[in-house]
Amino acid sequence: MKLPKTLVLGGAIFAVFLLAALASFLWTPYDVQTLTISAKLKTPSAVFWFGTDHFGRDIFSMIMVGARTSIAVAIVAVGIGITLGVPLGLWAASNHGSWLDEVIMRGNDLVFAFPSLVIAILITAVFGPSALNAIIAIGIFNIPVFARISRGGALSIWTLDYILAARVAGKSRFRISLEHILPNIANLLIVQGTIQFSLGILAEAALSYVGLGAQPPTPSWGRMLADSQTLISFAPHLALFPGMAIVLTVLGLNLMGDGLRDILDPKIRRSRE
Amino acid sequence: MLRFATTRLISLTLSLLAASIVIFAVIEVIPGDPASFMLGLNAEPDTVAALRDQLGLGGSVVTRYLNWVGGMLTGDFGTSYTYRVPVTELILARVWVSLPLAIFALILSTAIAFPVGLIAASYRGKVADLGIMSVTQLGIAVPNFWFAMILVLIFAIKIRWFSAGGFPGWDQGVFVAMKSLTLPAIALALPQASILARIMRSSVLDTLDQDYIRTARAKGLTRSQSITRHALRNAMIPVLTIIGMQFSFLMAGAIIIENVFFLPGLGRLIFQGITQRDLVVVESVVMLLVFAVITVTFVVDIAYAAVDPRLRKRG
Repeated sequence: MKLPKTLVLGGAIFAVFLLAALASFLWTPYDVQTLTISAKLKTPSAVFWFGTDHFGRDIFSMIMVGARTSIAVAIVAVGIGITLGVPLGLWAASNHGSWLDEVIMRGNDLVFAFPSLVIAILITAVFGPSALNAIIAIGIFNIPVFARISRGGALSIWTLDYILAARVAGKSRFRISLEHILPNIANLLIVQGTIQFSLGILAEAALSYVGLGAQPPTPSWGRMLADSQTLISFAPHLALFPGMAIVLTVLGLNLMGDGLRDILDPKIRRSRE
Repeated sequence: MLRFATTRLISLTLSLLAASIVIFAVIEVIPGDPASFMLGLNAEPDTVAALRDQLGLGGSVVTRYLNWVGGMLTGDFGTSYTYRVPVTELILARVWVSLPLAIFALILSTAIAFPVGLIAASYRGKVADLGIMSVTQLGIAVPNFWFAMILVLIFAIKIRWFSAGGFPGWDQGVFVAMKSLTLPAIALALPQASILARIMRSSVLDTLDQDYIRTARAKGLTRSQSITRHALRNAMIPVLTIIGMQFSFLMAGAIIIENVFFLPGLGRLIFQGITQRDLVVVESVVMLLVFAVITVTFVVDIAYAAVDPRLRKRG
């Protein structure tokens, strides 16, 4: 099977940042914790590829370590959404029409109605700014997304004949959900997971930009942009590189999501053929 | 229609009720109590006790919640601890920055997205379509606060068409005030316009596949005639729903953008409240934003049901 171009391109872009994040555990060109005031605000050169910030820290190294923060926050936030949202959605679907289904779905509607960034700001403000609280704040809003998508997917599968056969064979709703429904909605979840991942990167950047995400000295892309703001007129490279890192990572993930949908979603696949 | 409106109204009330409980609970679970949180670690016990009285923290949780909600219903949002003025006053002074900004951005986003989405749909698969789809794909990936910084760098620092931030006030004249909101509005609008243009495109394409368009073409209408006379109107339903939803993103996005441009709006007020630990301000402004978003969604729902009878059935 030929892979869609969007998947290959998006995957390649994202892989670069993922590798940079992983590599940063072992090696960065310079130490991001060391301040070298004599080398401050250097423009990009062969020595400092992306230049240095106002403390003389290497921007390239900081972007590598920042990738770690962004990706880790977004992955865990998506993880929270999947681990809590998918069981809720499956549970609602297996009790379709019952009060339980109603309660779960209305609860979901509620979370959807909230402006997520506002609540994330409230949560991090109250519990103190940290990467962990940013993860929780972003993760909470992923729960209804996954609950809704798995309920929708599951409902259409519950009507199929082989599910009826499984029920006649005496399998419980729980076992059917786990053994027959879950594997069949995995495609939907992978596509949605990619989208939520890219939204998570953007949300983390926004939270750390306003000082409510990862705290210094942990480098994060949003924080780097916040620091660059007052220096942007004479050191634009401070804002340019972290911003490009966010844009490319999100773009890569979105392209991957489009590509994955093309190959995993049977409806689109049929229309392409 | 009346039944639809009533169920929606009940769900609106429940949403607002739940939202207020959630916001109140978040503030309530602060380690210690709000008074010691606001005053910090080194506060004298007497001062904490005095503030606790002032905030009405003596009563039970239920009494405090009812007081808060009851106050808001009568327009009393409490008194800011740091500013020593009623929060209502602070909000009224700032809403005239945030609201015009959100509306300005919404108008821009729509004005850009409509023609762009329509062009992409009319030239499906051609260069124009591919170009628009690539640009919008990029637009979705750009964080609006970074885009704002780049706009400042180009239009305020390099070519000096606009100021880099601040708001002169409406008394300086509408033109001056709007000018200072222009860069923030563009920064807010472009990512939303990218999303909207893509939805506009796919919505028009969906309607073009319908039988009635084929009939119109068979009767001799050109492709563009069939789009303007038939497809456009039907394609508008999903597009308008998204515009309603975008208001929520714009209000939330404005919080961040106001900080980039140092605009004295509600977003700045929330952050000042957070840094000064002024919880009375934070909880009231957050509740107000949530109220605005939920109410706009409600109004949009009702408006569609009035326009399109098919939507009423979904209840």
